[in-house]
Amino acid sequence: MKILTGNDLKTGHVIWWDGQGWSLHVEDAVDAGDRADAIIAREEAECRVNGAYAIDGEKTADGVRPAHIKDRIRALGPTVRPDLTLKPADPNAGNWVI
Amino acid sequence: MYKYDQYDQAMVDARVEDFRDQTRRRLEGKMTDDQFKPLRLKNGLYLQLHAYMLRVAIPYGTLNSRQMRKLAHIARTYDRGYGHFTTRQNIQYNWIKLEDAPDILAELATVEMHAIQTSGESIRNISADQYAGAAADEIIDPRPWAEMIRQMTTFMPEFSYLPRKFKIAVIAAEADRAALRWHDCALRIVQNEAGEIGFEVFAGGGMGRTPFIAYRIREFLPTDQILSYLQAILRVWNRNARRDNIHKQRMKILVHELGEDEFRRQVEEEFQHFLALGEDFPQAEYDRIAAYFAPPPFETDLSEEIDRSDPDFALWADHQVAAHKAPGYAIVNISLKPIGQIPGDISAEQMELVADLAERYSFDELRATHAQNLVLPHVRKQDLHAIWTALHEAGLGEANLDLVTDIIACPGLDYCSLANARSIPVAQKIAERFADAERQKDLGELKIKISGCINACGHHHAGHIGILGVDRKGTENYQLLLGGSGDEETSQAKITGPGFDEAGIVDAVERAVERYREIREPGERFLDTYRRVGMDGFKEAIYG
Repeated sequence: MKILTGNDLKTGHVIWWDGQGWSLHVEDAVDAGDRADAIIAREEAECRVNGAYAIDGEKTADGVRPAHIKDRIRALGPTVRPDLTLKPADPNAGNWVI
Repeated sequence: MYKYDQYDQAMVDARVEDFRDQTRRRLEGKMTDDQFKPLRLKNGLYLQLHAYMLRVAIPYGTLNSRQMRKLAHIARTYDRGYGHFTTRQNIQYNWIKLEDAPDILAELATVEMHAIQTSGESIRNISADQYAGAAADEIIDPRPWAEMIRQMTTFMPEFSYLPRKFKIAVIAAEADRAALRWHDCALRIVQNEAGEIGFEVFAGGGMGRTPFIAYRIREFLPTDQILSYLQAILRVWNRNARRDNIHKQRMKILVHELGEDEFRRQVEEEFQHFLALGEDFPQAEYDRIAAYFAPPPFETDLSEEIDRSDPDFALWADHQVAAHKAPGYAIVNISLKPIGQIPGDISAEQMELVADLAERYSFDELRATHAQNLVLPHVRKQDLHAIWTALHEAGLGEANLDLVTDIIACPGLDYCSLANARSIPVAQKIAERFADAERQKDLGELKIKISGCINACGHHHAGHIGILGVDRKGTENYQLLLGGSGDEETSQAKITGPGFDEAGIVDAVERAVERYREIREPGERFLDTYRRVGMDGFKEAIYG
């Protein structure tokens, strides 16, 4: 599946296209199919995302996961600072990242 | 240290307001990212893996307690409570919001700081010996020249759109603590046989994907001609650089392609042109700038004794304290490499403690080092124990300067959008593997440097042991290099052979280190043994 990601223009937060808007959680990402370029162009023009791009992802039992390690790290946060990730209270939250 | 005059302050304040307006227009959608990106980069604002990253300049690594407290305030108020000291004596914040960036720059301006030219195709922050003005072995404090070069190269129109970034370092001692010859242009202050002071000039160095060690292009340049000479170097590069190819735009490529002699010839020719303009600084201007760097009022008749009865303190003092030029004083190195922690990271609370120590014990001065540590440059020996106690209680009392756990590491794939592999976890695992203090002491000076990509921000080319993270079909892989150095006997590290996975690279480093321990001769550092036996002496131990 093709999923879309970028950064929130104001905050810089990593965000994922969920079909309606942008979510902080990769689990919400949806397959953009062949509409990726059109969605990116529209959302960047509306300043709802910055530096958006399409990547390969896959649907797993735990939700959507980016294929490449770089985007898996983006999805959760730095592997060396679990306290700064999206799930700081969950010690197993990063098991799928590396 | 240097203090802004009304022109400096007006320029920095105006720049903040320019950027505030540019940011507003970007947030309102009146500017595209393509239009805004070069503007934010000119103000040190990158878009990194998780958020915007702001890199703040610390000119020649010198700052005072008020500035350090402001850096702590920014970490706490606008970021996530910490900052990261870089390999170019700067500090960067990893979690900045674009909408906050103008306010942060305004706060920095109140303490005479900024983020100008910490990114983009510009002349970057001038780096210097972190012991400048304090070192027992220096000829003269190099910072007045660094400051004059900073002033000349800030906003200079001819050099506002350079082919690529340009890095300058200045030192004034035989010992090179600034990785001089890995810079585009490097200046070492020397004294000739007549007792005159001048610059030994190097050009064409740099790391990255095509590493080169800078050539010496001038043995002796009178100090009052330095601005003309620097402009000549920059003009020759600016005119001839390969702007058609991003990988060939750095000056090192030009110097290499022209050849050392032809590059020198062109620089000397251009130099005569600049000299004729008569725009070099007069002595009065040097005197005015140098007055800012006058030595602090050192006390006299201080004791040289250090009470070493506390063994933990004695260990720290053995490793972290360097010789000072003034009797009774010492230079304190503060390790930002606690075992298992992130190299270069420091919390807001630790920044404030260090600021307090600088104010109380070091004439209000601090230094950042290219090895991602901090320095209190002017400390009475009788205060060392009190300083160590405070640092120890704050988690900053590690005794590992230049030892195997004093590892330089770039942010790597944990933070950087350019990285191919993580650097920090490798540094943490190596530090944990070699944590034993006796083992570190036995191994002696051993500099490990780790980069998460070919851009080499972690200086892997200059590591006694270098590690380069690469992407191998979507997984992290690490190449091992041996034999690099950034000191006065600069050398480029060589790749040992096939790479390793994350666990494997730590084991490989240990095998290389153990090999050194087996074959070293009395007094030899790791690097000395490598230079004596070469790669062959290590390869079998590493690969079996």
